[in-house]
Amino acid sequence: MNTPTQLKAVEYPTSELLREHGSALDAWFDARYEAKRREEAANHVNSLAIIATKGTMDWAYPPFILASTASALGWDVSVFFTFYGLELLKKDLHLEVSPLGNPSMPIKMPFGPGWFKDINWNMPNAVMAGVPGFEKMATALMKQTVKNCGVASVRELRDACVEAEVKLVACQMTVDLFGHQKSDFIPEVTDWIGAASFLPVAQKSDVCLFI
Amino acid sequence: MNTPATKTLDARGLNCPLPILRTKKALSELGSGDILAVTSTDPGSVKDMQAFCKQTGHELVSSNTQQGEFAFLVRKA
Repeated sequence: MNTPTQLKAVEYPTSELLREHGSALDAWFDARYEAKRREEAANHVNSLAIIATKGTMDWAYPPFILASTASALGWDVSVFFTFYGLELLKKDLHLEVSPLGNPSMPIKMPFGPGWFKDINWNMPNAVMAGVPGFEKMATALMKQTVKNCGVASVRELRDACVEAEVKLVACQMTVDLFGHQKSDFIPEVTDWIGAASFLPVAQKSDVCLFI
Repeated sequence: MNTPATKTLDARGLNCPLPILRTKKALSELGSGDILAVTSTDPGSVKDMQAFCKQTGHELVSSNTQQGEFAFLVRKA
């Protein structure tokens, strides 16, 4: 024998229910949905995933600046260092910059009077390639410029990332490929992983950058 | 200017993103409701400080320019 509730459901079809109480149900659902969305947004922690692939002094800046700033904003940050990017995790940072083949890079002197500092010493690639120690000189000039302008050093920014518990992960495959020793790297490297491990992190991130 | 600052931070001469990183660090040493006074010379720090406060929930009480220097008061959330 049917129970009273079952009987009621049979005698009272859903379409009937919706016709009488539909708008109230809709309003209740909308309010509930809004509240849930607000709750979710309030609990959401923004996240940033960076893939760092370059190992020159100039290209060391974007990943470390973005990672340290995002962590200051309270974001959850992971940086995956692969290929030449691994240089940025070495205990001894020997990062250099090369103006060779980079027509956008100004070559300016970080000393002397204003008019002298403003000169852009553009020169042909063949000249840059032919001068021994050209990259050493360019690197020294850039380091001086960075210092003069109050821009942080790469090491300083990396320390800020370490301090803010940015997850610094290294590509195991590249470490093997290039014959690096794990002891060459700072102990703060949080993990040695591959693409299959980083992609799920990247997938869940709000912002994902390849640098 | 009379400021009820609990702590002051001199970020003059520092460039992006250092003023923000130092601000964040200085705030972490304060209690909720405390006020941090920051001075900087980086023009980018004006917008950065607004964005930082908006994201982190700290209150930017004031932001002033005086003779090429920028002065901020931030109340910790």
